[in-house]
Amino acid sequence: MTVQFSPAAGRDRFVGSAVSRVDGPAKVTGLAKYAGEFAAPDLAYGVVVSSAIAKGSIRSIDASAAEAVSGVIKVITHENRPATSDNPEDYQDAVAPPGAPFQALATDRIVFSGQPVALVVAEDFETARYAASLVRVDYGVVAPRTDLAAQAPESYDPPMKRSGIKPPPEPWGDAETAFDAAEIRVNGQYRMADEHHNPMEPHASTVVVEKDGTYTVYDKIQGVSNTHDYIASAFGLKPEQVRVLNPYLGGGFGSGLRPQYQLFLAMLAAKDLGRSVRVTLTRDQMWSFTYRSEALQTVSLGADRSGKLTALRHDAVQGTSSYEDYQEVVVNWSGVLYDCDNVKLTYSLAKLDTPTPGDMRAPGAVTGVYAIETAMDELAYATGQDPIQLRLKNYTESDPTEEKPFGSKALKECFREGAERFGWSRRNPQPRSMREGRELVGWGMATGIWESMMMQSSAHAVLTADGRLEVGNQTGDIGTGTYTILTQIAADTLGLPLDHVTTKLGDTQLAKAPVAGGSWTAASSGTAVMKACRSIAEQAFKLARGMDNSPLANADFERVVFSNGRIELAGDPAKSVALTDVLKATGTAKLEATGEAAPDKDFAKEYEAYTHSAIFVEVKIDEELGQVRCTRVVSAIAAGKILNLKTARSQILGGIVMGVGSALHEESMLDHRIGRFMNHNLGEYHVPVNADIHDIDVIFVDEEDKANPLGVKGLGEIGIVGVAAAISNAVFHATGKRIRHLPITPDKILADD
Amino acid sequence: MNRFDYVRPSTVAEAVQALGSDPAARFIAGGTNLIDLMKYDVERPGKLIDITRLPLDKIEEREGGLRIGALVTNATLAYDARIRERYPLLADAILAGASAQLRNAASTGGNLLQRTRCYYFYDTATPCNKREPGSGCSAIGGVDRIHAILGTSDKCIATHPSDMCVALAALEAVVQVSGPQGDRSIPFAEFHRLPGDEPSKDTNLAPGEIVLAIDLPAKGFGGTHHTYLKLRDRLSYAFALVSVAAALELDGQTIRTARLALGGVAHKPWRNTDAEALLQGKPATRETFKAAADLILREAKPQATNGFKIELARRAIVRGLEQAAAGTPQSQSDKRIQ
Repeated sequence: MTVQFSPAAGRDRFVGSAVSRVDGPAKVTGLAKYAGEFAAPDLAYGVVVSSAIAKGSIRSIDASAAEAVSGVIKVITHENRPATSDNPEDYQDAVAPPGAPFQALATDRIVFSGQPVALVVAEDFETARYAASLVRVDYGVVAPRTDLAAQAPESYDPPMKRSGIKPPPEPWGDAETAFDAAEIRVNGQYRMADEHHNPMEPHASTVVVEKDGTYTVYDKIQGVSNTHDYIASAFGLKPEQVRVLNPYLGGGFGSGLRPQYQLFLAMLAAKDLGRSVRVTLTRDQMWSFTYRSEALQTVSLGADRSGKLTALRHDAVQGTSSYEDYQEVVVNWSGVLYDCDNVKLTYSLAKLDTPTPGDMRAPGAVTGVYAIETAMDELAYATGQDPIQLRLKNYTESDPTEEKPFGSKALKECFREGAERFGWSRRNPQPRSMREGRELVGWGMATGIWESMMMQSSAHAVLTADGRLEVGNQTGDIGTGTYTILTQIAADTLGLPLDHVTTKLGDTQLAKAPVAGGSWTAASSGTAVMKACRSIAEQAFKLARGMDNSPLANADFERVVFSNGRIELAGDPAKSVALTDVLKATGTAKLEATGEAAPDKDFAKEYEAYTHSAIFVEVKIDEELGQVRCTRVVSAIAAGKILNLKTARSQILGGIVMGVGSALHEESMLDHRIGRFMNHNLGEYHVPVNADIHDIDVIFVDEEDKANPLGVKGLGEIGIVGVAAAISNAVFHATGKRIRHLPITPDKILADD
Repeated sequence: MNRFDYVRPSTVAEAVQALGSDPAARFIAGGTNLIDLMKYDVERPGKLIDITRLPLDKIEEREGGLRIGALVTNATLAYDARIRERYPLLADAILAGASAQLRNAASTGGNLLQRTRCYYFYDTATPCNKREPGSGCSAIGGVDRIHAILGTSDKCIATHPSDMCVALAALEAVVQVSGPQGDRSIPFAEFHRLPGDEPSKDTNLAPGEIVLAIDLPAKGFGGTHHTYLKLRDRLSYAFALVSVAAALELDGQTIRTARLALGGVAHKPWRNTDAEALLQGKPATRETFKAAADLILREAKPQATNGFKIELARRAIVRGLEQAAAGTPQSQSDKRIQ
């Protein structure tokens, strides 16, 4: 797989190889600084007081004891907070759903448990934390609604659609009639659990007040532009008065897409006090904003005896907050994955008194694909088909929801290579037929899918006379390897050694780029960097050609390659000139260029773009004790060109581990009486630990795609999608028990059907 | 976290004196639980007495058994050659708990005194009789999946979180304490309490008392007829839904002596000597083990969502006794259950 991505410039030397992270040494030596670690001489520390109730109002708030503590600078509440914009739209960030975004300390009204009710600012963190414990709040309590099942009858079709989120397609055929008439029918209701992102780094913001009155803001955000524009509009500042940086993130998973309340509060206090302020959330406060809301899902499949689908219905009701209509794509995947003449997909929302849910790694797909891919396994058993054969029987080369072919879809290769690596052909499909000692062995599989997206992005590149190149833009590296792949792309485009290239990210003074999310960063920022570097290549070539006695005097750009720091005539490397010599000889201090990348409209008119995967899972189950071990996973991924085999594999490994968590462990447990998540710490909210993770094998199948010049389709999401279904299907194969409610904890294995 | 005074005595007498009758004073050793609780404002000590300089960090031979100083770390204890050889059940139970980092810091005495992991106890936004006597129990009728099934009261359904203590209960350890009234010994079964009407009291330590050591009796169930089987929601770094400490002495296939204690099911390590008596003299068969399990769980009472723990405990007891009888103790490194 060595497709040349830019015919007239560099060769794939680093792109496609397993280059180690360029930011790795900084991270493991502690040189990498995170939003809550930047200092300022006048730094004050803010600690958030969180609401004990989920719904109601603040009758009174007594901060006198806190204010009396020596070292406390101010206690900010809704009663004394300085004014910010009174236009709700000014709080809508770049990825906000429809509605009126939450504003901290705006009123006495409580709309979710853990809502900030005060910010205690002190000279040091310990004083602020102590004083925060002395703030007394008297609440008027109203019974909260947090039980999705209880609220589902009140669900509604969101009147305003969320930008970038496709609503379900119009139904086609007649799914109800076809289902009733189908020879084989399966019908199941599927539930998951609410999940919280829980990146290692809790949310934090440091707002530094500069001498000239401008603000330098370090914020845990997946794209600094979002924080920047939010602060400017909410606080009525000119864009140039705010600079936002976030060079590193300790994980995001979507929790850092939107500016969160700690940013607002740090900014509020800094502006109010005229001094620098840092606000860091505690681990338990990480349960007080954004989460993956579970959905109540029903999937009804009708098929003929051969397994060909004749009817497909997928309905989902998902929770949102009282103040915003958060939406994600949950049911559409079913329509995109399978060929069926009668399809109906519906999606509605139910209001809950929780914070607004938010995007969490493969938002919507984790949820919806779990349901459809479990239902397909049920259909495989109902029709006596092998699960792979069933999927092939209903395979589609075009997207039925848009009636357009896929730009590329190597899912069949995923099935083939994944099955071979896993040893699928040795599977006895009979449930409870495979055993090892006391343990039942189960093999299950599922398909994964994620949309391949690209966003308008720019990147800037500067080549200096010493032959060193700096590239960068505003987007964030959320741990995915963005620094590394951009460095690789830049190095290859200009034929430079890797260590001559520096990539800078996460700073509003860099070229404009959106938040990192949706698996679009490699395509978007990667293309922009490539274009910027290619423009420099063209400039350098022109200069080279004009040099005295230039060996390239008669060459044109299409006939040269950039390699080893030189511009060479293709096929005749003796005719070459070093880039440093070009700049020196022409008296050029530096060459710079900005590259712009945007979705290819011509491509989008003709094609749909998705990544796919096939996941194969082995579980071993001690049925008597309800213990499930996920002992083996093979994930075959079709995601276009792979820029870096190492960071790409790590992306998929991480996605799979998170998928194991979703299937077996993760669950934020609500006490509906008080509308509060109760297991709000990492001891009681269980993510998988090393002991839970065994062999994971990642395969990247060959796939050529033309949606962007790099041929990449994105990897951040696809690794997790379908994993829970594959595990749940393996559990069925092992035990004969179909558990349609995640996570599959020991009690569910033990439960009577 | 509140502000507090800090003192660091160098003798037991000084430590006991520093504690005095001050209800707001707390000893701190490893701090693996107390500091968490302080960060959550569950504990707001006025004074911390750092006892890490007291000479209580030795494991010593004593009357055929061992005396474990209260400051011996969990890791030191679990890997001590004498413990591994003569009290393997204890070593296994310790290694089933927490993480390597926590075991390196946590002390033996502190392990005895760790507080429950009930969500509501940890969350000062909710009433809790253990945290604030008389305020009510939020766990009853709430998120009660991990809560107790034995020995609960209408005031509290919390569990004791320790693994080590389950083994100590099975081994009939004795707790040595010192206080204003002098030194005394507390049999392990009497050290922890059931919640009753006073769930705020976890133990029968009198005000002003300090734990000096744990005495292990000569009979340690060395060899292989023992197990510590811990069932939980993930395979490491999680508190037990149910755990079983079992130790047997066999004459051929007949049980000569049995010890059996459960964790994760009650406000204290749950040992039922009637069940042990039932096992004595019986053949080491599944039927016998089931009878013992039934006896232990006869009084079990489910809450709204933790009823599964009764059946899980029943099966865990049977499996634990099977492992002990077969001489195949549960491995704590490879978590696979035999």
